[in-house]
Amino acid sequence: MSETMLGLYVFVLACFVGYWVIWGVTPSLHTPLISLTNAISGIIIVGALLVAGFGGDGGFAAELIGFFAVTLAAINIFGGFIVTQRMLGMFRKKD
Amino acid sequence: MQLDTNSLALAYLISAASFILALKGMSHPSTARRGNYYAMIGMALSIIATLLNPAVKSYGFIIAGIAVGGTIGTLIALRIKMTAMPQLVAALHSFVGLAAVLVAVGTYITHARAGTLNQELMFEIFIGTFIGAVTFTGSLVAFAKLQGLMSGKPLVFKAQHWLNLALALVIVGFGTDFFLHEHLSSLLNLIWLAFLLGFLLIVPIGGADMPVVVSMLNSYSGWAAAATGFTLQNNLLIITGALVGFSGAILSFIMSKAMNRSIISIILGGFGGGGEGGPSAAGAAADKGIKTGSVEDAVFLMANASKVIIVPGYGMAVAQAQHALKELMEIIIARGVEVKFAIHPVAGRMPGHMNVLLAESDVPYDHVFEMEEINPEFSTADVALVVGANDVTNPAAKSDPKSPIFGMPILDVYKARHIFFIKRSMNPGYAGVDNLLFTQDNCSLVFGDAKQVCEKMVAELKASG
Repeated sequence: MSETMLGLYVFVLACFVGYWVIWGVTPSLHTPLISLTNAISGIIIVGALLVAGFGGDGGFAAELIGFFAVTLAAINIFGGFIVTQRMLGMFRKKD
Repeated sequence: MQLDTNSLALAYLISAASFILALKGMSHPSTARRGNYYAMIGMALSIIATLLNPAVKSYGFIIAGIAVGGTIGTLIALRIKMTAMPQLVAALHSFVGLAAVLVAVGTYITHARAGTLNQELMFEIFIGTFIGAVTFTGSLVAFAKLQGLMSGKPLVFKAQHWLNLALALVIVGFGTDFFLHEHLSSLLNLIWLAFLLGFLLIVPIGGADMPVVVSMLNSYSGWAAAATGFTLQNNLLIITGALVGFSGAILSFIMSKAMNRSIISIILGGFGGGGEGGPSAAGAAADKGIKTGSVEDAVFLMANASKVIIVPGYGMAVAQAQHALKELMEIIIARGVEVKFAIHPVAGRMPGHMNVLLAESDVPYDHVFEMEEINPEFSTADVALVVGANDVTNPAAKSDPKSPIFGMPILDVYKARHIFFIKRSMNPGYAGVDNLLFTQDNCSLVFGDAKQVCEKMVAELKASG
């Protein structure tokens, strides 16, 4: 089995997990859900780190591209997690 | 310290599991914060593991990128107003899209240098850049519309969809050339054209369809991450991308269902565009034989009611009336009245928008109810107070098969004993249809800015002790 085929297995199974987990999310938390998924889609930083950290062999262009990709992903990670935390902190029960 | 392949894979597996637990935590407000912590731990673990990957050889640009991005992200997240959340998430979606494009181009360059290009990789780079680029500009347009930099009205022109189709075919042409001949120029051409396509896809979609657009772009940003996962043969990215992609897709489905419209018709766009803001509202109302009510009447009935249901809509967000509403709620609760908030799934500009605004103004979440839960209760409510909502309360959706909103699920406000409807003008709602509620004998319109009217109600109640 090729790597791509293995990836496809993982992808399809993860889609099923996503389907069932997301239907369980309460509608009142749909906005924090979106900002949380904003944060975790910052996982693209893994790819950005590999480009930015490739070293001199990749040339300056690759390093610069990697730098911008890391920056954008970091904005998502920090921005997404913090704003989610802020919002969730507001959801309170009656005292 | 450097990690071998298996340790790295194990770290990524733990990260993926913690992301799933994070999303599972969102099933209830009491577990949601713990969920967010799981996700943070998973993210930190995956970043540290990647930094220990022997393939990462230099750290200067990485540290600079994390420092700059982390600072910007933190500052924005701490300062953003809750009413501006839809714009923020649209902006964050665009960043994921652009990052996916950059990672794909960077991966092409580094693999070309290392001499490890192959056709499978070329194809995956093509898909990754395409989805990323469309997500990037599409989200920028959504951001501009939500931020008011661009009109919320749908921008439609002749042969729009044929142009998009032609553009998509040209992109596939460049993609095929890139795939077969490894031409960097073809990759760059397809990126520019995909940027253009993303822009053209979102411009025809109107302001009130934004809950669907935001969810859809959320979904695209996930698929972009998953596609990058295929390029890098990284299962963590594939899993996370699939989770996010499905999250957005399900939200889009829920939203379009709550508007009784197909996703296709929303994507094709061109719907609505009516706005409020006309003069002499009370005069127009009188011409149509519609009753207007005073703040005093409303306050008297609410204070002597046994149950009041408040229905907030996008107008509440625009007028920033949530704090005044919360005060109003507290005062009438103190008079022994039961107060509940009723939320329609598409109220606001993104899924769950109203819930966050009410939570921000300290309304406890056990006072806030979804449409299915609250609808049976309207018939026992003495007063329904509608604040900045319109189409989602229009009984024409049930009674008039010719109405453009016929079939849309609505809040059963019409069943309440008395209805007070705070409204800025007599202009119809977003869908451009008159609200049949207004012709009911038990419905009175209170004209004015939502925040000012609510503040007047609070003042009136305080004065009457």
